[in-house]
Amino acid sequence: MNVQVNIEAVDIKKVFNRRVIFSNICFSLKEGSALAITGKNGSGKSTLVKIIAGILTATTGDLIFSINNNEILPINRFKNLGFVSPYLQLYEEFTALENLQIYAGVRKLNFNYEYFLSLLRKVGLFERKDDSVRTYSSGMKQRLKYAFALLHHPALLILDEPQSNLDSEGISIVSEIVKEQKQKGSVIIATNDKADLQYCDKIIDLDLKVNNSNI
Amino acid sequence: MNRFDYNSSVLTIFLKDFRSELRTRYSLNALLMFVITTIAIIMFAIGQEAPSVEILAGMLWIIIFFSAMSGMSRSFVSEEERGTVMTLHLIATPASVYFGKLLFNLVLMISMNFVTVVLYFLVIPNFVVRSFDVFVVTMFLGTVGLSCSATIIAAIIAKSNTKGTLYPVLSFPILLPLLLTVISATKMAIEGATLSMASGEFQILASHILVITAASYLLFDYVWKD
Repeated sequence: MNVQVNIEAVDIKKVFNRRVIFSNICFSLKEGSALAITGKNGSGKSTLVKIIAGILTATTGDLIFSINNNEILPINRFKNLGFVSPYLQLYEEFTALENLQIYAGVRKLNFNYEYFLSLLRKVGLFERKDDSVRTYSSGMKQRLKYAFALLHHPALLILDEPQSNLDSEGISIVSEIVKEQKQKGSVIIATNDKADLQYCDKIIDLDLKVNNSNI
Repeated sequence: MNRFDYNSSVLTIFLKDFRSELRTRYSLNALLMFVITTIAIIMFAIGQEAPSVEILAGMLWIIIFFSAMSGMSRSFVSEEERGTVMTLHLIATPASVYFGKLLFNLVLMISMNFVTVVLYFLVIPNFVVRSFDVFVVTMFLGTVGLSCSATIIAAIIAKSNTKGTLYPVLSFPILLPLLLTVISATKMAIEGATLSMASGEFQILASHILVITAASYLLFDYVWKD
């Protein structure tokens, strides 16, 4: 089912220890669109996606997140978004399957063993589903993060450096996931990789603070 | 039936921590070693002496307090050190995380205190409880109070750089009313007081638990974010 995701950010500013990371960030995201956030290292790409995800709070500014015209409060934002990033860590003492079962349990999702298996098949981890995540390579861990992000059918998918640690097969899987997500909701990608920009309709360059629509 | 086939955030976080603890022994080994070595040191220090009731009750709660300090901070510190805090942010409400961690700390503390009390009874010959019902209620309320306070303090210190030293220092003023009351109630249990005689102590302990739990629930959002 297609859901209408709308994000309206007005004058977002973030300060860490008196250092201004970014300020005056304004953008809007409509259903079925994809937004890219670019900028050099330290420009605040990851900080901005964390603010959008509700993990961090902006120092000033407003960010309105709504689904089907209903505003979602920051505390409930996690229910509607999937998040993938290299700095996201999954529980390494558990297997891939156990990780998905834990996340489904915490999210109060209906327990669907076949669905977990289909997700692991989709990201190419089916054969290693019963192995501890500790034994995975960095690329395999990155693939598992996609299964984690898609588990609850999120309306918004936030990808921070989506191709990080992935091989060519992994990159194709990500490409497929982004295309599917654009049909179902919206995507935000924080990246410096030009290849990732092909999926996006809008680009915010944090170095220039330019919001280029329809690029 | 799958082991993770349940549908409550709090219970899932508790069971996740429980299974994780069984696999990694993050807190369990530290707690067990602390209890065993402390009781052994007390046993050698006492020798043939017969310490007073006040000292015996005080020593029991010193062991329990410091074993809690050595093990219970791990519930949040381990998430911080492994970098899985953000994962929890992305799947659960702060209240679910707090109560899941509290439940885990409570179960851990009840188990550890059971072991501590059994060892204390076996090793310290003068430790004779005349009023067992008062002793059981005191141990239960003391353990719950210690777990409630230790959980929120663990969440606070997990964000700091000096986790190990800060934990007992920050806990002491918050736990002082609780510790004084449980020591007094334990002394009463040793002396053979009835439940009604110890009801004043129990009321203080119950009030402490309620106040700390309510304050923790309200504060946890701010502690957990940023």
